[in-house]
Amino acid sequence: MLGNFDFDVIRRALPYLFYEGMTFTLTLTGLAALGGLIFGTALALMRLSGLKLLGRIAGIYVDFMRSLPLVLVIFWFYFLVPYIGQWLTGASRPISVGAFASSLITFIMFEAAYFSEIMRAGIQSISRGQPAAASALGLTYAQTMRYVVLPQAFRNMLPVLITQTIVLFQDTSLVYVLSITDFLGAASKVAQRDGRLVEMYLFAAVVYFTISCIASFGVRRLQARIAIIR
Amino acid sequence: MIEISHVNKWYSPSFQVLTDCTTSVTKGEVVVVCGPSGSGKSTLIKCVNALEPFQSGDILVDGTKVNDPKTNLPKLRSRVGMVFQHFELFPHLKIIDNLCLAQEKVLGRGHDKSVTKGMQLLERVGLKEQAQKFPAQLSGGQQQRVAIARALAMDPIVMLFDEPTSALDPEMVSEVLDVMVDLAREGMTMMVVTHEMGFARKVANRVIFMDRGEIVEDAPKEDFFGKPRSDRAQKFLSKILSH
Repeated sequence: MLGNFDFDVIRRALPYLFYEGMTFTLTLTGLAALGGLIFGTALALMRLSGLKLLGRIAGIYVDFMRSLPLVLVIFWFYFLVPYIGQWLTGASRPISVGAFASSLITFIMFEAAYFSEIMRAGIQSISRGQPAAASALGLTYAQTMRYVVLPQAFRNMLPVLITQTIVLFQDTSLVYVLSITDFLGAASKVAQRDGRLVEMYLFAAVVYFTISCIASFGVRRLQARIAIIR
Repeated sequence: MIEISHVNKWYSPSFQVLTDCTTSVTKGEVVVVCGPSGSGKSTLIKCVNALEPFQSGDILVDGTKVNDPKTNLPKLRSRVGMVFQHFELFPHLKIIDNLCLAQEKVLGRGHDKSVTKGMQLLERVGLKEQAQKFPAQLSGGQQQRVAIARALAMDPIVMLFDEPTSALDPEMVSEVLDVMVDLAREGMTMMVVTHEMGFARKVANRVIFMDRGEIVEDAPKEDFFGKPRSDRAQKFLSKILSH
């Protein structure tokens, strides 16, 4: 099978794979992780706020998102968002948001559910004496969160957050259902065009594997460096 | 300075932690609160700066009603220093930043001014050299002295101490008590929950004895150590003074 393995197909496709495909994949991963973290932290704070209604809403949202397959959400969102946009703005036609915007929104909303659970665990890992000491000094609830609780929670949770981001990096390949040219999409297109499925899919696997491995290794290094001395 | 009147607190309808507690601390006074564990003394002191809510009664601090929903609690708390049993320094911040955080964010003091003030207070508790370290690099006694300095940096009108030496190794107790004695002698108004009767003897004006959520005894130091009126206080004293 590997007798007629054609490395040249891969070599010729490299610029396309990386400039178009990988750029898209990394941009989507980065923006989705950032947005998911912000939105996820907000969800976690809602659940921990002690306000019943707010906590319930966040809880239902998280459970809902975590009960659906990601592919389904991507699909759904792509077809649904134009109509929601139309309804919100009162336009006469469905508003086209584009595949990138649609998939970015989807990933932010989906990842927020997972990030929020990680942040919730992180916030709960801080002993109750810490916020008590902060409020005793006169810090408001928001200041206590911002300067005392969240910095510690982030540091405690950073390894898990990055690990989740690595999973996200792999999950972005699911945007192929929208015919987007992410890294896997690009590899797939070349594979179909040149009839070189083995070469392209094998190469794609090697690239995903290598990047994820390096990132995991980096997490371990980082963990040692930023840990709070206890 | 602190007026506590008829305070009641329940954890659940069947479990009352504070029963009709009434007492006061006047300006410049040092009041020691003691009693067996579970008697509600820590809960009472936490009610003073509203870290613990209570269901009925009133607490006034410098004329401001703590349990009034309209009270600006962060502002009130910034004027009431508090020292905790487990220090509660912020582990992700250097010692000096622990002292500066609230000065800058709550009082709006500039960074340089806050650092100057922080260093002055660290020098006062004998820890100037530790300013750039992190809390976990200090011993328990040192951490508690930093915690006292952190509270003092806010220029409090009264200081609350919640068992400040209970979590310390025995050899570190005196370094913390020395700081507190100095503070008392300088005229700071203090409410101190502690088992350290030596400290009470040295600087307290009054001693409050609590048991099962009630204030059983509230007497000037001389009377309390001379001839406590209640059986429960006598028993308690004989237990902790017999060693």
